[in-house]
Amino acid sequence: MFNFNIDFSGEFFAFFSLAICAIVGAVLAINFTKVVHIVMSLAFTFVALAGLYILLNAEFVAFVQVLLYVGAVTILMIFGIMMTKHDGEGQEPARPLLETLAAIGCICLFGILFFAIRNADFPTEVAPLPDDNTRAIGLELFSRYAVPFELISVLLTVAFIGAVALAKREEDPQ
Amino acid sequence: MTMLASYLTLAAVLFCVGLYGVLTKRNAIVVLLCIELMLNAVNLNLIAFSKYGVTPSLTGQIFSLFTMTVAAAEAAVGMAVLIVWYRNRATVNVDEFDELRG
Repeated sequence: MFNFNIDFSGEFFAFFSLAICAIVGAVLAINFTKVVHIVMSLAFTFVALAGLYILLNAEFVAFVQVLLYVGAVTILMIFGIMMTKHDGEGQEPARPLLETLAAIGCICLFGILFFAIRNADFPTEVAPLPDDNTRAIGLELFSRYAVPFELISVLLTVAFIGAVALAKREEDPQ
Repeated sequence: MTMLASYLTLAAVLFCVGLYGVLTKRNAIVVLLCIELMLNAVNLNLIAFSKYGVTPSLTGQIFSLFTMTVAAAEAAVGMAVLIVWYRNRATVNVDEFDELRG
């Protein structure tokens, strides 16, 4: 079962270092107590994942990842942190039972996933993806996936209008 | 171990770390961020299958773009709900989100 017949090519080395960066960022985010540190280390993970997307010939998705996650979501979370108060961080009583149960559950889930991945047989031959990735994605998006694209635009508009309407301060009754 | 299996294992690790964060963290902002981490792990799966899957095509990348859009909408709405909640109760601790408990 544990025959990791890995060929140490350049691609594997790049994958390995980026994967280490991503996992280190995620694990540090779990261990930090200050919220700003958590956001920063998760931004590090998102950048490492963008590098992995480039490694997978998905350049356009990698740029979208940097723009959307490292740019928008991280800044949104930092604004959220600034607008709320975080004085009592790290002073709440620990909940060892809940944390142990959650850790056991997550490790079990990972074990099941790892076992399934090890036992699956994946195709070995790789067909090349188109070279001009962004152009191909644009053509697909506006021909074959035009209706889902319009639907997702409507969803995004509705969600942002809803967010503005939710967060708008209501008039004082008096 | 093929490259696809390596990518899937990395995605499984990130997903489990994110799940642990969602289950144990008390700050609602951190819970939102951990959900983003889980969504990113799923995106990595989609893109890995778009290159190394049985029929490699751009469909996985396009679906990951759709997932990212939904994740951005979710983050915006979640943050708006959080701001409204904070205005009413002056806390972001998820343990105190029990207004709707029967």
